[in-house]
Amino acid sequence: MRDVAIIGVGETQIGELWNKSLREIGIEAGLKALKDAGLEGDEVEKLYVGNMSAGKLIDQEHIAPLIADYAGISGVPSTRIESGSASGGMALAEGYKAVASGMEDIVVVGGAEKMTDVGEQEAKEILSSTNDQEWETVFGATFESLYAMIARYHMEKYGTTKDQLAQVAVKNHANAAKNPNAQYPRETTKDFVKNAPMVADPLGMFDCAPISDGGAAVVLCPAEQAESFEGDPVEIVSIGQGGDYMAVHERKDICTMKSTKHAAKKAYQRSKLDPEDIDFAEVHDNYTITEIMAIEDLGFFEKGQGGPATEKGKTELNSEISINTSGGLKAKGRPVGAVGLNQAVEAVIQLRGEAGERQVDDPEYGLLHNIGGTGASAIVHILRRWS
Amino acid sequence: MKTKEEVGIKGYAGYVPRYRITPKEIGDVWGKDGESMGKGLRIESKSVPSPDEDVVTISTQSAKWAMQRADVDSQDIEAIYVGSESHPYAVKPTATIVAASLAASPDLTAADYEFACKAGTAAFQTCMGMVASGMIDNGIAIGADTSQGAPGDALEYSAAAGGAAYIIGSDDLLAKFRHTCSYTTDTPDFWRREGEKYPQHGGRFTGKPAYFKHVTNCTNKLLDETGREPEDYDYAVFHQPNGKFPMKAAKRMGFSKEQIEPGLLVPKIGNTYSGAVPLGLAATLDHAEPGDEILVTSYGSGAGSDSFDIEVTENIVKIDDENVPRIEEIIADNEFISYSVYAKYREKISEGGA
Repeated sequence: MRDVAIIGVGETQIGELWNKSLREIGIEAGLKALKDAGLEGDEVEKLYVGNMSAGKLIDQEHIAPLIADYAGISGVPSTRIESGSASGGMALAEGYKAVASGMEDIVVVGGAEKMTDVGEQEAKEILSSTNDQEWETVFGATFESLYAMIARYHMEKYGTTKDQLAQVAVKNHANAAKNPNAQYPRETTKDFVKNAPMVADPLGMFDCAPISDGGAAVVLCPAEQAESFEGDPVEIVSIGQGGDYMAVHERKDICTMKSTKHAAKKAYQRSKLDPEDIDFAEVHDNYTITEIMAIEDLGFFEKGQGGPATEKGKTELNSEISINTSGGLKAKGRPVGAVGLNQAVEAVIQLRGEAGERQVDDPEYGLLHNIGGTGASAIVHILRRWS
Repeated sequence: MKTKEEVGIKGYAGYVPRYRITPKEIGDVWGKDGESMGKGLRIESKSVPSPDEDVVTISTQSAKWAMQRADVDSQDIEAIYVGSESHPYAVKPTATIVAASLAASPDLTAADYEFACKAGTAAFQTCMGMVASGMIDNGIAIGADTSQGAPGDALEYSAAAGGAAYIIGSDDLLAKFRHTCSYTTDTPDFWRREGEKYPQHGGRFTGKPAYFKHVTNCTNKLLDETGREPEDYDYAVFHQPNGKFPMKAAKRMGFSKEQIEPGLLVPKIGNTYSGAVPLGLAATLDHAEPGDEILVTSYGSGAGSDSFDIEVTENIVKIDDENVPRIEEIIADNEFISYSVYAKYREKISEGGA
């Protein structure tokens, strides 16, 4: 296995990109990443595209060669990776493996999603298709309602409060306000979050990530070659993947995401790191409760302590551990199949010290956490500042 | 687009059905918080036509009153254009029924227009062109709708009924059209296909790339072409699908709340579609004094906007308020109904289940 570096990153604005198609979004992110790495495109040996649901959202399958073609690199072997909302993270993992194994040298991993070409209701139904259709969705369980049940049980079992949930949104909006690519670069207040229209009790509108268009891409190469390119490199030190029962009701404890715990354990083991070594993390916050569970399952806080820790400000920028400095899915936005790559872009910017107002002080390690559906799949990456 | 000859408004009047329903009443049926939806949309109530009212009756009543104010005999009307997206017939003109109801001479040209919510102002421009070119002396331009919102859809909270008619000519003008321009693109934000009962819409797509883009670009184009600034106008009327959009657009372009308030009828009567700008302008003219200047911009989904630069003349003081009600009087005469009565009136339920 070879060590792997990220030598270029690119990202589009996240939001309602009415005048951009999926291919344009993918191309924009990819070209920005190539430019950042100082590459022309001819050097690319493989393209992976993380995308959750182009078939349903824009009626287009087979999007990896489509994006390669329109990006001017037709002929480059290209593959789409789908794993629900973890598609982006899983694509990054495949790119990592391709380079680490020695099969390829220069690999581009992009993520893109165009969600606003369908109505809001349809977009929600498509998101819910990452649940178990036969055992969950068919009985009326939406994505929101399943997470609401998880939140309710977490509140019952650990005393997590609506204030603590709201604080996740307040913090992530505060971070997004410092991110020019964020869909909602605006601060909000706990009262505003708590009084937003109810979606599925106890989750209100501001406990939920939006529906977004957007894309992100990274360029990977063997670490030993990283310094020969223009872009400042960052190392991917380890990855870990985990899984769980597809349907929430099959799980022994719905307040813990076994997939996250397993993925984190693997990533920590492979890098010989502990949660204490991590300076910042981009965690999957499709709902406020998901961030609280993630920071527990990733080992940053004890189980049940995610809520109180958030409330005490321990996850704010430059506190105990900076969580979702980009604004997260909640406020930076959720182009669903791309979010794993959006997280990677944020981590690289942080580790290069280029995050401006939202810069974490002198970070060495950043962790990425991306889950699919209600957590039946999870992928964790740990990135290190170049040294 | 500047007219070569003087052309303007000789008479105007509007009509709004008297029945009202609140967003709360609608929301209660669908398990939604209608009250806060209403607050978000800035709609307190919307008008509902009775079973006997349609675009023909609304147009006819408005045109009758407008002719009365213009002191024009129906035999002297040479053109009638009715803009609506709820014409009673798919094939057969509303304009001919209105012409017959007004006892107009057969020596006229007539047609129906459809351009979502801006069909009424398209009729304005047609009559303006015909008058300015000397083809006709007097034409009637009408914008009226009994708009449709599918049960439970977001549109149901705003889709309302009403309209206004304008006698357009070149003499004895109450107000002059000094300039008009349009801005049109192919933007599918809202549509109803042949045979469908209710329209569909693109949700949030109806905002930024649709309403705001067209209203802002058309208004700015008018300001550019006339060399004027927002503060030069006493009043401004913008299309009003809800209360939020026109206020936001006005603010962005530099118009004040005071400038748009007299013509902002949507909080009380909802979105009257093709009737919205003609009614808003009528309510503004009700408040206007000689020399007042008014900027008007309509919006029709699909999509396009028409803007007008209007100057009010001294004749406005002679207007007949005795026999023709002002818009605010029409709106004040109302009766609130329940969702069940509304459902019957709008034929969402029918006696005998037919």
